[in-house]
Amino acid sequence: MKPVFVRPQSLTDKPFHFCPGCHHGVIHRLVAEAIDRFEVRERTIAAASVGCSVFLYDYFDIDVVESPHGRAPAVATGIKRTNPDKFVFIYQGDGDLAAIGTAEIIHAANRGENLTVVFVNNTVYGMTGGQMAPTTLLGQPTTTSPYGREFGQDGYPIKMTEMLAQLEGVGFAARVAVDTPARLAQARKAVFRAFETQMEEKGMGFVEILSSCPTNWGMKPVEAVRRIEREMIPYFPLGVYKERKGSDAL
Amino acid sequence: MSDSKVTFEKGNVALAKAAVAAGCRYYFGYPITPQSDIPEYLSGVLPRVGGQFVQAESEVASINMLLGAGATGKRAMTSSSSPGISLKQEGISYMAGSEVPGVIVNVQRSGPGLGGIAPSQGDYFQATRGGGHGDYRVIVLAPASVQEMYDLTVLAFDLADTYRTPVMVLADAMIGMMKEPLEEWVPQSPEPSKDDWAATGAAGRPGRRIKSLYLGDGELAEHNWKLAQKYERIRREETRVQTELPEGCELAVVAFGSAARIAKSAVDRLNDEGRRVGYVRPITLWPFPDEAIRRVAEQGVPLLTVELNTGQMVEDVRLAVEGRAPVHFAGYPPGYLPSPDDIYDEIVRRLPAGEEAA
Repeated sequence: MKPVFVRPQSLTDKPFHFCPGCHHGVIHRLVAEAIDRFEVRERTIAAASVGCSVFLYDYFDIDVVESPHGRAPAVATGIKRTNPDKFVFIYQGDGDLAAIGTAEIIHAANRGENLTVVFVNNTVYGMTGGQMAPTTLLGQPTTTSPYGREFGQDGYPIKMTEMLAQLEGVGFAARVAVDTPARLAQARKAVFRAFETQMEEKGMGFVEILSSCPTNWGMKPVEAVRRIEREMIPYFPLGVYKERKGSDAL
Repeated sequence: MSDSKVTFEKGNVALAKAAVAAGCRYYFGYPITPQSDIPEYLSGVLPRVGGQFVQAESEVASINMLLGAGATGKRAMTSSSSPGISLKQEGISYMAGSEVPGVIVNVQRSGPGLGGIAPSQGDYFQATRGGGHGDYRVIVLAPASVQEMYDLTVLAFDLADTYRTPVMVLADAMIGMMKEPLEEWVPQSPEPSKDDWAATGAAGRPGRRIKSLYLGDGELAEHNWKLAQKYERIRREETRVQTELPEGCELAVVAFGSAARIAKSAVDRLNDEGRRVGYVRPITLWPFPDEAIRRVAEQGVPLLTVELNTGQMVEDVRLAVEGRAPVHFAGYPPGYLPSPDDIYDEIVRRLPAGEEAA
């Protein structure tokens, strides 16, 4: 009998702690599949972030270095510069990457660090309990934008993939979602491509993944999935924003 | 020591050379006066010896690069000056909590705030009390000469690896910027193996976690006690102090770093004049040499603490003395660097009345 669906080898047996309907588990699996696919488990060092994803070191059977809030790109720079033969990825949420760690991600990208970045955008601070994120959509209520995000007060939701794609040091930049099986397949492809970008030493490989947070959105899981298509994708368009081809020099 | 050679060198450059001699191949930093000689020197040398020099976008980024490099077991360093060290405190706390080795250099300028670029010892509290959040300590080494910028930097790398902890070299603008003869030497002790703990890729073993987050019931208390035991061992084994106590000592001066070398000139002059003045120079500021100071106080010898601030180390001196002897203080906050004559006068004022030199 041929197994068609198995747990990726680079994941531990520990069940995910994530809330019902949260996409972190799906995205963890995509990353684990990529580690298995490229057979890099034994030479991978990840920099964990702060927030819901901080526990990735409980789920991945790889070496992981915990980073202060927002600093994963700097920690990963230290890892990769001293270990260029290792595979290094970071996994950050929107508060981590697009607020407190904006300087670190922009400069790591601009230096063309050969890192793979998985950026999970669910438009809200998850672990701290649903506060406004830099990616919170206009009109979206959160615990710190109780009347809905309003431009005059809070500014516009930030589009990180579009920003980073402008930088010469970025080899691959894409935004994907995991709300439907078809989009999940595209997301897998993008994560794989971001892995390959590092292996080809073409600079930073960046994947933004639109993700649900039913708990902090105050929605049932199915409603939350629908919100991704209805509200998030129109503001955060999906697609590959940059892809450095084979002969393109960094 | 072997392969030694004598050069005439600036303190900052001596420190940078020592890092290379100690096997440090990775530097992460951000420019700030008065320590920029260090990154300038290393940016030229490290790429030529198979290393990496990264000018980070900020002090915050550079300390976290050090965290990443140290977590993989590589010898690495960052350097800065007072306001920059404040920014690094977040990463230093994480390094201490995650037990990641690394060397952090503070060539102190003056504060608080932007302050100025003149020498100061205003960061004593910040350096010796942990500085960042949480219950931790950092080994702090205080060089008082260009030679010690070299020697103590080599030691800093060894201590960082031995105890898996961040180590700070606390100099200041005077020691960093002045030139003196320097005997460069190549350390012979091998770098300790980090195979049993570092993040090197999980080849043939389960994945490792370098972390400071402990949420399980009692886990963090257990971790904090483990750190405390390590700090206790460091106290026992790594306290360093230079003590010179003449027979019948009338008063002992306590000072570190650049204040100590100025004070030493005054102490030497008084002893030449027939007075009996002692000298206690903490080389490790943490662990603080309280035993050495207590022994002086137990003989009833008054102490005079001299610092380039308004009074910080003097608190540790008083704690060590525990009322056994008078503790006087002479402070020189930034803007006026005392001369040996200034300190001579301070000492004479505190010497027992009516006892003139023989």
